Amino acid sequence: MGKVRKGVEVSIAIADAVAQADVDVIAAYPITPQTHIVEHLSEIVADGELDAEYVPVDSEHSAMSVCCGSAAVGARTFTSTSSQGLALMSEIFFIAAAMRLPMVMALANRSLSSPLSIWNDHSDVMMVRDAGWICIFVENGQETYDNIFCAFRMSEDPEVMLPVAVNLDGFILTHMIEPVEYEDDDLIRRYLPEFKMKNALHPDHPVSMGCFGMPEIYTEAQMNREMGVRNSYPHIVKAWEEWGRLTGRHYRPVETYRTDDAEYCIVTMGSYGETAMEVVDALRAEGEKVGVVKIRLWRPFPLDEFRAAVLGKKHLIVVDRAITFGGQGGPVATELRSALYKRDGAPTIVNYVAGLAGRDVSRKDFRSIITEGRKKAEAGDTEGFTLYGLRG
Amino acid sequence: MAKTSVSSPKNVERAEYFAPGHRACQGCAEVLAVRLVLKALGKDTIVAMATGCMEIISSPLPLTSWRIPWIHNAFENPAAVISGCEAGMKAMMRKGKMPAKKINFVGMGGDGATADIGFGSLSGALERGHDMIYVCYDNEAYMNTGIQRSSSTPYGASTTTSPAGKKSIGQRTQKKNMVEIAVAHGIPYVATACPSFPFDLLDKIKKASETPGPAYVHILSVCPTGWRIQPSDAIRYGRLAVNSCSFPLYEVVNGKYRVTYKPSDKKLIPVSEYLSGQGRFRHLTDKDIEQIQAATTRQYERLLKLSEEE
Amino acid sequence: MAKPMDQITWQELQVGAVVVEIGNSTQYETGSWRSERPVVEKEKCIKCMFCWLYCPEGCIHEAAEGHFEADLTYCKGCGICAAECPAKCITMISEEK
Repeated sequence: MGKVRKGVEVSIAIADAVAQADVDVIAAYPITPQTHIVEHLSEIVADGELDAEYVPVDSEHSAMSVCCGSAAVGARTFTSTSSQGLALMSEIFFIAAAMRLPMVMALANRSLSSPLSIWNDHSDVMMVRDAGWICIFVENGQETYDNIFCAFRMSEDPEVMLPVAVNLDGFILTHMIEPVEYEDDDLIRRYLPEFKMKNALHPDHPVSMGCFGMPEIYTEAQMNREMGVRNSYPHIVKAWEEWGRLTGRHYRPVETYRTDDAEYCIVTMGSYGETAMEVVDALRAEGEKVGVVKIRLWRPFPLDEFRAAVLGKKHLIVVDRAITFGGQGGPVATELRSALYKRDGAPTIVNYVAGLAGRDVSRKDFRSIITEGRKKAEAGDTEGFTLYGLRG
Repeated sequence: MAKTSVSSPKNVERAEYFAPGHRACQGCAEVLAVRLVLKALGKDTIVAMATGCMEIISSPLPLTSWRIPWIHNAFENPAAVISGCEAGMKAMMRKGKMPAKKINFVGMGGDGATADIGFGSLSGALERGHDMIYVCYDNEAYMNTGIQRSSSTPYGASTTTSPAGKKSIGQRTQKKNMVEIAVAHGIPYVATACPSFPFDLLDKIKKASETPGPAYVHILSVCPTGWRIQPSDAIRYGRLAVNSCSFPLYEVVNGKYRVTYKPSDKKLIPVSEYLSGQGRFRHLTDKDIEQIQAATTRQYERLLKLSEEE
Repeated sequence: MAKPMDQITWQELQVGAVVVEIGNSTQYETGSWRSERPVVEKEKCIKCMFCWLYCPEGCIHEAAEGHFEADLTYCKGCGICAAECPAKCITMISEEK
């Protein structure tokens, strides 16, 4: 494929990126709103445009298991899921990270049952927050396309060796037709070298993977894993910088919009960032000193970058897309409060949970979240969270 | 009676792919089955194994008994994991990313991993037609967690979750027939085996290895701990199981049945001889045993009929 | 030679806790589990190798004199070799003697 700009559904762009990345194995089970991704991949494989094994598995549990087997022999591996699918595969999702098996997942974020709902929020990914995957959030079609390549580069880096989930909002992004600039195959090949896995399963150099850990050694295995996730951070940044150098499109773990002189900021993850920027532009025109902070890298959490972005601001209005039932706020706000605890110049945090199961959060809604949130912050009303738009 | 290709231990592969120092119970016929299976497969083999006795006893970090590449991932997914290994290598060999080579892709699990928790993922892998072998080591209960019943526990067996009591015979259900379920997938090779008949077992694993596509081998693995017998009797009880027709040895090649070992009139024994010495069946009455005998005879005759039809 | 599990530091583990030293379970000497050990009447051994074939430990080998015997480093004393020997040349004797 040559460099071209086209209007394309984001799911199709993901599948095209996977094909350009010359993936060896795709294992997936259909679930809305991920289906267009795997359907298009099946077509690409059926037409011989990508030489890969498409494994149409019996469940998401098996999808992740097949991916583990495939990654363990050193094959480039891709999967995609949503919601209940992620819940069903969650057992193996954790194991994939623990066994340090590189693979990339497009996670089309969707709410969790019950009530059953196919629409978008972040309750699926938050369920596996502590699994040890690298978790990236994207907010438009171009970012999604780009980050499929970046994700493979990070995942297969010998210094990283971790699975990567590219989170994109279900329907809001997966089913949107957007202009996307495709890069040519040569550039992709330069950016993404062939995957060479150390200690892959092969009869020429036998190893044992997934051994049993007694209490005497389990703690050390967990620390090894924790340091693996922590130490991946500079390599993640490097992968994005290299992509930026080649394409001119730059990504950072934390991204800011009009925050330099901002007194307060709205914090988002995923596609809400786009709406937030528009509303901030409007509020700026009215004289409000407000900016947007976008968390692109959720795990490993970019503590230093986040602090640098917000210390000195008065308030943060954090928009979460999931509830931590019985907890102290949405998962993002809880994380951010912890990151800022007892820091000099730490802003106060007001937390909204909004847009559960795809309930629309319009520009008007963002405007009221920001203005209401500011009032709450100024009144010192910063405990817990507010479920935005709730009736009753 | 068909002869096995090897009929003396002297002609059996000497190389050991499963190292001593493993922590299986004394007299474990399951670990013996693993040892024999690996001899038949040889070094160009990758094994994905379910959580269970064989996994625990062979891989306490930082030690391993495996001399071939081995992966354990979870309880219910060895069939899916090995199908992923197969898919990955197949793609990489086809694309020239790796030199082409014949490799045995082998999934292994106990009866719980196979007939219960991993049933769906096994069925999926068999149905998809991967070039793989799945070996079930059937010791007829969840031995690793302390002898709880599985769907592969035979009728009347007392386990820690199907205890015999004043109002219970123990296991109330018939043993799930995994072999027939495998056959129903229309796969090219299905067989039963038992390490008490080592040459028959070695032949079947070799055949499974030579068969393109999925193969399923169900191995009765006597567990002295769970069956409450003496460790030294492990091989003998496998023989009793087969000679009483409780566990017939047969294979199904492309749908064609063949009993590979028929007990001669001299060797044929009633099920009572198999059941009576085992602690797990100690509570059975003569009437219970009669009932089991009738069911066993019926099933064996059905099998012979299927076998003769060819 | 792998270190004992309670002496390994987190830095010494391979990525993903992979074990690269295959078959190193031979460091773990299961012979200490044994309460009885097999004794072979060498002259009666017919070298049929059935004891070797049936041993769950895979620890029986050909001795210098030509008969087969268990490696007591690993032999758990299950008695299968004695039970299965066609020549009846193996006896299990108590370790306490």
